[in-house]
Amino acid sequence: MAKKTFRMAINEAIAQEMRRDPTVIVMGEDNAGGMGAPGEDDAWGGVLGVTKGLMPEFGRERVLDTPITESAFIGAAVGAAATGLRPVAELMFVDFMGVCLDQIYNQAGKFRYMFGGKAVTPLVIRTMFGAGFRAASQHSQCLYPVFTHFPGLKVVIPSSPYEAKGLMIQSIRDDDPVIFFEHKVMYDDEEEVPDESYTIPFGEANLTREGDDVTIVAFGRMVKLANQVADSLAGDGIGCTVVDPRTTSPLDTETILECVADTGRLVVVDEANPRCSMASDIAALVAENAFDALKAPIRMVTAPHTPVPFSPDLEDLYIPTPEKIEAAVREVAGRG
Amino acid sequence: MQLSRGMQLSREELLRAYRGMRTIRDFEERVHDEFAAGTIPGFVHLYAGEEASAIGVCLDLEDKDRIASTHRGHGHCIAKGCDVTGMMMEIYGRRDGLCGGKGGSMHIADLAKGMMGANGIVGGGPPLVCGAALSAKTLKTGGVAVGFVGDGGSNQGTTLESYNLARVWNLPAVFVVEDNGYAESTASGWAVAGDQLKRAEAFGMPGRRVDGHDFFEVYDAAKEAIDRARAGDGPSLIHVCLNRYYGHFEGDAMTYRGEGEVDRLRAERDSLALFRKRVSEAGLIESGQLDDIDREVALIIDGAVAASKAAPAPTLADLTTDVYVSY
Repeated sequence: MAKKTFRMAINEAIAQEMRRDPTVIVMGEDNAGGMGAPGEDDAWGGVLGVTKGLMPEFGRERVLDTPITESAFIGAAVGAAATGLRPVAELMFVDFMGVCLDQIYNQAGKFRYMFGGKAVTPLVIRTMFGAGFRAASQHSQCLYPVFTHFPGLKVVIPSSPYEAKGLMIQSIRDDDPVIFFEHKVMYDDEEEVPDESYTIPFGEANLTREGDDVTIVAFGRMVKLANQVADSLAGDGIGCTVVDPRTTSPLDTETILECVADTGRLVVVDEANPRCSMASDIAALVAENAFDALKAPIRMVTAPHTPVPFSPDLEDLYIPTPEKIEAAVREVAGRG
Repeated sequence: MQLSRGMQLSREELLRAYRGMRTIRDFEERVHDEFAAGTIPGFVHLYAGEEASAIGVCLDLEDKDRIASTHRGHGHCIAKGCDVTGMMMEIYGRRDGLCGGKGGSMHIADLAKGMMGANGIVGGGPPLVCGAALSAKTLKTGGVAVGFVGDGGSNQGTTLESYNLARVWNLPAVFVVEDNGYAESTASGWAVAGDQLKRAEAFGMPGRRVDGHDFFEVYDAAKEAIDRARAGDGPSLIHVCLNRYYGHFEGDAMTYRGEGEVDRLRAERDSLALFRKRVSEAGLIESGQLDDIDREVALIIDGAVAASKAAPAPTLADLTTDVYVSY
């Protein structure tokens, strides 16, 4: 099986779905790039090259470059989804949700309910998130907890190239609006990814490691870090189960609760800010439903309650690290 | 003077236009009365006085054509063919309402009829219209998309961004700015900088200003814009100047309006009265036929209200359904 990057896996998923279904279109800023400019066509393929090659294969009618006008084109993607297309729209950085959120949560997310079950809005919004790129406060956030809050939206956070391809194909085929979070630091991560098309269902967590002592729930890039910690602690006799929920909406609460029932200890690793986060949400879920199974307090390893700093020295302190995860796991493993 | 295309409509089409305007008027007058009597919950924003705009714009539209509406959406719904009883039941919050009682007045929609929803967000519709127009263009349906906004919505960034995107993508779209003089209580003369037609011009779109009390003027401008969109020649803007008879919402005491303003409008600029005058003076339709329509519509609205009052409410079982297609 060929090794592919996170970037290539997403690209391949979109291309395969565009070949399969003529109603799938792609739109976003510089998704081909160079529109109206004197140089090359397909100049960029998206700011980090994820949609490169789609325009030459599928044409400008199905790969639409947009002006920098998120309110209008994200809204257009919503309107197009409600009227027969399956748009894959790119919100370049999730931090830009501030200029188009209404179209996502008040329009797309509510159509089906407000219209009595008659609307179908099969929309995917791809968006980059996460710190570590030295991209500062307005290009680095993890805003998936915000989207998870809204009924009517589905939220997907792939943790590897294999996951990204299967979850992207599922997202495009899904009949509800999906926000697909791509961690920008992961685009060059590589692993074996099948050439053929496959889907990974939403709401089914993946156990990337299994152990008896501590359950670690992690999201996106944090799954990779949690796996490293689990591997290193296994040598010290601390067994970790790592749960990758894959989607925060729907959330596989059953698997999380089962794992905590087995291990009695929970560490949640979330790169987002801590208040009203997935970390606090899962901590509450477990406290409410598995309190009797707990042998130790729940620990949350998150970013601090600050914007993302620019200085590499500060940014490195901001992001959860394997060391911080390991310390939390060791602490709870030592109790009960 | 060039003969109005609207005046060249067939007798059947003119009667259909009048029936639509009368239906909107009676629907809104009745909602006004029922709201005052306390039988209707929530916020309602009435379209009475503006009938010629919705009907003039939508008369020639087909189900494959889409519209997006505003807070003041009842008239657009009726003009686009939504079922009147289903609408009334929706406004009453009934289970058999057009949206199962989950949308209400500000979110009535019927996608099968090409009605993409009234909208609780001012300026929420124009981006959606770009999307509907993109669908029509990409899927080659021959359809067009029409976005209604008010003078208030015309100042939202979403609306101006949509003008730009519609022009850049050359979409089969029509933007209809219904300028009733007030965004809530604030005069459009104060809140709108520049000029609606110059805004269109600035984005490279043809624009026309029409008297929104005059069905024929609205129809002519809409036909031109819709034909242009269908022909693949891109978006247009129509600035419709009109007035509403009631407040921003029901319960608004309208203390910001001038002394006798609404009474004068009703006496001198009523769209239904103007329509009657035009068609009877031109000898196109006898007033008896219009009287027949008035009687028929009154019965339909009576029936819709009675059915709504008697209809079952949604229940706990309905609360959590239809959030997703699957979850």
